[in-house]
Parts: sequence; structure tokens; C-alpha cells
Amino acid sequence: MMPIPIDYEVLRVLWWFLLGVLLIGFAITDGFDLGILTLLPIIGKTDEERRIMLNTIGPVWEGNQVWFILGGGAIFAAWPMIYAVSFSGFYLAMLVVLLALILRPVGFKYRSKVKSPTWRTTWDILLFIGGVVPALIFGVALGNVLQGVPFQLDTSLRIFYTGTFWQLLNPFAIGCGLVSVFMLTMHGGVYLACKTEGPLRARAARASEIAALIYVVLFVGIGYFITHLDGYMFAQPVVHDGVSNPLNKKVIVEAGAWLTNFALYPWLWSLPILAVVSALLTVVTVAVRSKWAFIPSSIVQFTTIATLGVSMFPFILPSSSNPSMSLTVWDASSSQTTLFIMLIATVIFMPIILLYTSWVYRILRGKITADFLKEQGDSAY
Amino acid sequence: MIPASEVVALSRLQFAMTALYHFLFVPLTLGLSVIIAIMETVYVMTGREIWRRMTQYWGILFGINFAMGVATGITMEFQFGTNWSYYSQYVGDIFGAPLAIEGLMAFFMEATFVGLFFFGWERLSRVQHMVCTWLLALGTNLSALWILVANGWMNNPVGAQFNFETMRMEITSFYDVFFNPVAQAKFVHTISAGYVTGAVFVLAISAYFLLRGRNIGFAKRSMTVAASFGLAAALSVVVLGDESGYAANSVQHMKIATMEAMWHTEKAPAPITVVGIPDEKAQKTHYAFEVPYVLGLIATRSFTEQLPGIDELVKQQEARIKRGQKAYAALTKLQKDPKNEALRAEFKRLEKDLGYGLLLKRYTENVVDATPAQIKQAAREAKPRVGPMFWSFRIMVACGFYFIFLFITAFYLTSRRRLDTRWFLTMAFLSLPLPWVAAEFGWIVAEYGRQPWLVEGMLPTFLGTSSLSATQVWLSLIAFVLFYSTLAVVEVYLMVKYIRKGPDGLLLEVKE
Repeated sequence: MMPIPIDYEVLRVLWWFLLGVLLIGFAITDGFDLGILTLLPIIGKTDEERRIMLNTIGPVWEGNQVWFILGGGAIFAAWPMIYAVSFSGFYLAMLVVLLALILRPVGFKYRSKVKSPTWRTTWDILLFIGGVVPALIFGVALGNVLQGVPFQLDTSLRIFYTGTFWQLLNPFAIGCGLVSVFMLTMHGGVYLACKTEGPLRARAARASEIAALIYVVLFVGIGYFITHLDGYMFAQPVVHDGVSNPLNKKVIVEAGAWLTNFALYPWLWSLPILAVVSALLTVVTVAVRSKWAFIPSSIVQFTTIATLGVSMFPFILPSSSNPSMSLTVWDASSSQTTLFIMLIATVIFMPIILLYTSWVYRILRGKITADFLKEQGDSAY
Repeated sequence: MIPASEVVALSRLQFAMTALYHFLFVPLTLGLSVIIAIMETVYVMTGREIWRRMTQYWGILFGINFAMGVATGITMEFQFGTNWSYYSQYVGDIFGAPLAIEGLMAFFMEATFVGLFFFGWERLSRVQHMVCTWLLALGTNLSALWILVANGWMNNPVGAQFNFETMRMEITSFYDVFFNPVAQAKFVHTISAGYVTGAVFVLAISAYFLLRGRNIGFAKRSMTVAASFGLAAALSVVVLGDESGYAANSVQHMKIATMEAMWHTEKAPAPITVVGIPDEKAQKTHYAFEVPYVLGLIATRSFTEQLPGIDELVKQQEARIKRGQKAYAALTKLQKDPKNEALRAEFKRLEKDLGYGLLLKRYTENVVDATPAQIKQAAREAKPRVGPMFWSFRIMVACGFYFIFLFITAFYLTSRRRLDTRWFLTMAFLSLPLPWVAAEFGWIVAEYGRQPWLVEGMLPTFLGTSSLSATQVWLSLIAFVLFYSTLAVVEVYLMVKYIRKGPDGLLLEVKE
């Protein structure tokens, strides 16, 4: 077999980074879909307004959702142990997310195909659930990851999850869930403000401003909690290019340990600061310069997720039952060969994806109005 | 500790149910996307409005189906992690890569261009729109390719090796995984089946219009496309299905033996049992109607190569289980003393039978002290039941030959311009459910036929599940049944509604 030209250690860091890129790609694109669905019954007053809202994302949400599906596939390929522990551990939560996500494709496609108001109102409620529930649970899941997840491994690396579903819904995790909901609602409001006109646009901008302010308060609050939260750290130095077996290390738990990286590299503080500043910039710009507001709003998605990632690095999925079994960048990845092949595939296809996605967005530029819906006839949602 | 058998049974049931359900939508998506792209190409080449209306009308039906395919596909990707977490960690190094590449290379393209297909009519030039439709079709087909590369690996795990330090399978050659002959054969067989499904769908619904005397020109043109495309697809699905059987034979003897109810090794070339009643207890097939030579020729492409029967395969399995027991013992020692070169060499020598050793976990926690009786039992039970295999395969094949007949007739009538022949239209309409029958039974032959293995010869199914409680799996199973049943009702309701409306009842105008 040919030798692999990139070190195992480097590949692992790259794949940690790419995992972040996929999450951020998901939050920036599918994030506004979730946000708009959350806003659907709140600011869409009439059937026509709701149809306009749905059609702003109608042609693109499907592509956006692939960020999520690709994220799942990439975790499976690059971090199989993390995929296995998180999906089976959060079993019922995953089931709820899944059922909520399934509501979206069918809801979009089927809602406007029948004229009855009962039919449409039912789908509106289901679509709202399809937006707010995944947004909430993703945040709740990350909140639980920060606190450590109750799981253990046996010597054959079989996973035993020892927590319960209700335990996931602790106050800290729900706080994280709300950060996620308001962050995505802000983002959805911005996108809606770009794509609509008149009173609907004004309401979208207003909703975005309110969501952004709540986000800032919650983000800072949660951040303050994290400074006191039990974090995880290695008890002794670990090798970075060893075998992917999470049973070969010692980990200790210490309050405030999630700030270790910030203490080592103070410039990392720019991430959370930028998150707050960008959220405030979104508030200032969304009503007057909606298209510009999309930039700070996207930066909020990026910096929020990055803040979480760097505070935990190199931990990805800490174990609260047995901290030494935590899954980290150095011992939960795929083999060097797989990471390399996947990197090649990503380097080839990611630019192509970005290229055709931006072409599609350019083709679809412009406002969605009531006239547009009439023109589209039976093709519109 | 191994998962409780109730959890295993429920997880299998849930996987089979959700996969079979997902597979109701996939073949139609595959076939219809290509048919629509062909129709649109005719539109661009001739500039005749009716072809655009055809593209759009079949496109709307495509959309209703596509939504369900996407929705139920997410379940599949989640389920490896939620219900088969030991499998995920054991083979994620190999199995995850094609799934992720499917996302990167195919699904992204498919999902992005499906938006432009529906919303791009007024914003794109004719050629641009046609290119988008072809990219959509290409995306769906590439998607099938990568999924079947992943699935092909489960049936024929090439290019990978067990690593005792990480306690999982790891990739040794991506080239081998991709060019796995089983995967390639499955891919062409599956997409041809999808094309047949799309063609039968268009044929049947066009027949419905003609029977009602509606949309005559529209329906006849649609039928013409379906007839020629369907004939090519129906021929290739049988030929390539045969290829798939040939590929399977070189690696999965038990699958072939159970599917053909070959209880005992026959003298080469083996006869084929066309019909009969397989009896698992007596190990024979009652009222068997046999045709000499045929099976031997299909499966081995030779007059002299012998096909092993079930009894002989069970004996072979017994020998491998005994070696697997030794492999397991060597692995246990090696885990305690990983640096020991002698132990490494010992394990290396035995490791290819490790999976067979793991089969014993179902009978005794500690593989090493399994009794001879348990070994015999494990060898005997390491196969799918003959009845379901035998019948599923025959139903699938019967459908396959029927499609050839159907499309030859359709093709003949098209070329004679006699598409208003009523008996044919009735027959075409009544054929509508058959591609789904064939596809579902095909799935059963392929996946139930792999049992007791999750990964052939490497990882037994009962070891692959997550450590969940039965209550959790019951809960999700019930949720899926309720949820999916509701969606099925809604989907069928909308399909029927839009088929009844027909192209004449819909707003399909475009301003240019």
C-alpha cells in the first residue's frame, strides 16, 4: 500500500476542523430554513404570507439540508466512535429530531397541494415543529456534550449508555437549546427580510432583532456558566498519532477546565466577543440593509460553534461516567487511510458544491411576492 | 456482554421495515428522473410545447415521490448510529466513507438541482433548465452507486482488515472497496430495476388516461418514451440480475443455496428447481419441478464446476467456527499482551475466521468454551431460512420476465401506432404495483439472504446492535409505524389526486 503523505495527527486536526465546517455550513444554510419555519405561525398572518415565507426557502432548503446529512455521513466516516456513541446514546432525542425533520420535506411538498384551510393549518403547525424542535434539540445535545455524556465502553469497545432521556433536559442544556433556537430564528428573520417586501418584511426584521438580543443575553449567560462548569483534561500528555482506541488514557475533571485553551491562547477570546458584536450588528442592519445583515448573522453561527469547539478541543465527546473513556481528537478517529481518502474527496467536491450552490442562489435572487406565487402556478409550494 | 435477543429482533424488524419503506420511493425516483430528463431533451430539441408539459406533469408526480424518498432516507442514515452502534464503530472506517462521499458527490447535486427543476422554469434558458434536470438525474443515479458500494461491502467485505488494537475493521484498499464486483453488479441491477419502475409507472398512468379518453396525445407520447426506455431497462435488469447472481455465487454460496433450495450438493451442472415446496425440517423440496443443467450454468458458467448444497456448506461452516474459536482465543491473549510478536503472528494466521468464532456468542458468552453441540448448532443455524428466500426470489424473477413481455408488447404496439388496444391498456394499468413487488422481494433476497451476517463472514447481525432497552426500540418502532402509515396515506392521496387531475387539470403554463 502506498504511504500516506499527511501525518495522522494533522489529518485528525483537519477532520476536527472539517467537522466544524460542516456544522457551520449547516447552521448558516439550513439554519435559516429552521428559523423561518419557527417564525412561520408567528409572523405569517395570512395563508398568502405563509406561502411566501415557505417559497423563500422552497427551492433551496433541500440542498441546505444536505449539510446536515453530509455532516452525519462525515462523522460516520471520520469519527465512527463519536457517531456510534452520540446517535445511540441520545436515542429518543434523535428519534424526535428525525421525525421532526421528516415533517419538512413532506410539509413543504404537500401543504399547498390541497386548498382546505384545516389541511394547511395542520401542516403549518407540523412545519413549525419541523423547525423549532430540531433547532432546540441540537442545542440541548451540545449542552449535554459540554457537561459530559454518561457512557462507558467495554474491552471490545461496545458502548453502554447509562443516562436517561429526561436527564438530557437539564436547565443548562435547555439554556443551550434556547441559544440555538434564537440564533437560528435571528438568522431566519434576516433571510426573510432579504427575500420579502412590505409588512411581512418589517415583521421579519423585527423578529430577527428581538431574537438577536435574546441570543446575546443567553449566550453571555451560558458562557458565564461554562467558566464554572466541570471541564475535562488529560492527566498526562497523550500521543497524537496513536491508535484510535479510547481506552488508553487518563482524564481528570475540573471546574473551569473548558477555559484551558482560552488561557493558553488568549486570542481565542475574539471568537465569543465577535459572536456578541456580530449579533448586535445584525440588530442594527437587518431592517435597513438586510442583505448586509446576512454577513454578521452568518458570523454569529460560525463564532458560536467555533467557541464551543475550541473550548473543548481536543475533547469531542467527554464521558461523565468514566472520564478516561472520553472520545477525543487523538483516539476516536478513523484510520489514517480513511481520513486521507475522505480529505481528498472533500477537497475535490467541496469547491464544486460551493460553486453550483452559489450559482443556484444567484439564479434564484430577488424577492418572493404574491405575484410570484401566481406565476409559478402548481409548481410553487 | 451481548445484546438481548429481543432488542436484536426489534432492531432488525425496525431496520427491515424502514428500509423496505424507503425502497418504495427510491426506484421510482431513479427511473422517473431519467425519463423526465429524456422528455425535456426532446422538448429542447424539437421545441414542441407538449414535451414541456410532459416534463412538468411527470415532474410534479416525481416531486411528491421524491419528498418521501428524502424524508425516509434520513431515517436510514440515522439508524446505523442509533440502532446499530456496534456495527457503526466496528466498520465505520470502511462503511462510512461511501456514505459520506455519496453526500458530497451525489446527494448535494441532486438536492440542489431539484430546487431549480421546480422553480427554475422562468429563470433559466431552455438548455440551462435541461442541464439542471440531467444533473438531478445524474445525482440520483450516483447516489445509488455509492449506497450500493457501501451495501456491496457488507455482502462481500473486500479491501479491509481487522485491527486488534482498535477492535474494528479498517480499510486496506479503497480501490477494492469501490471496484468490488458485488457492488458493481448490484448497482447496475438496482438502477435498471429503478428504470423499469419509472417506465411501468409512466406506462400505467398513461394507459389510465387513454382508457378514460383524456390527454390522448400527451399519454401516447409518454407511452412511447416509457416503452422504449422500459424495454431496454427490463432486458438489462434480468441480464444484470443474473450477473449479480453470478457475483454473489463466488462469495455467498449460502445465499445461492437457500434461494435455490439446494439441500444437497448436486452433480455438476446442477439442475434448477423452478417451483416446489421447500421443507426446512425434512431438508427437501416437495413436488419439485426441475430443469436440468440450468442452475449450474447460470451460477458457475461452466459444465464441470460443482455447486455446494446446504448440507455441505454447513459442514464447511462448522470447520470455520472451530478455527474462529481459536482466533477468538488468540485475540483475547493478544489484547492482554499486545506487543508479543508470537501472539500477533498466531492471530494473523487465524484472523480470517474470527467472525465465525463470534457466531458462538449467541450460544455462550465465552466463545472459547463452547461445547461441540453448540458449535454444531451454530453451524446449522448460520443461514437464512429456505422458504422466504426460495419464494422471494421466484416472485422477483417472475416479475422480471413479465416486464420483458409487457414492454415488448408495448414497443410493438407503439411502432404499429396501435396504442389504443384496450386489453393492452388494461394490462398496462394493472401492472402498476408489480415493479414495487419485485423491488421489495429483491431487497429481501439480497439482505435477508445475507443472514446471519451483518458483514458477510465478519460480523454476525446479533452483535451489531446498540445496547438499548427493548422499551426504547419498541417506542421508536411504534413511532415509525404510526408516522409512516400516516405519511403513506397522505402520499397516496396526493398521488391519486394529481393523477386524476391529469395534465389537463393543472396549471402548467410558462411565460417565456
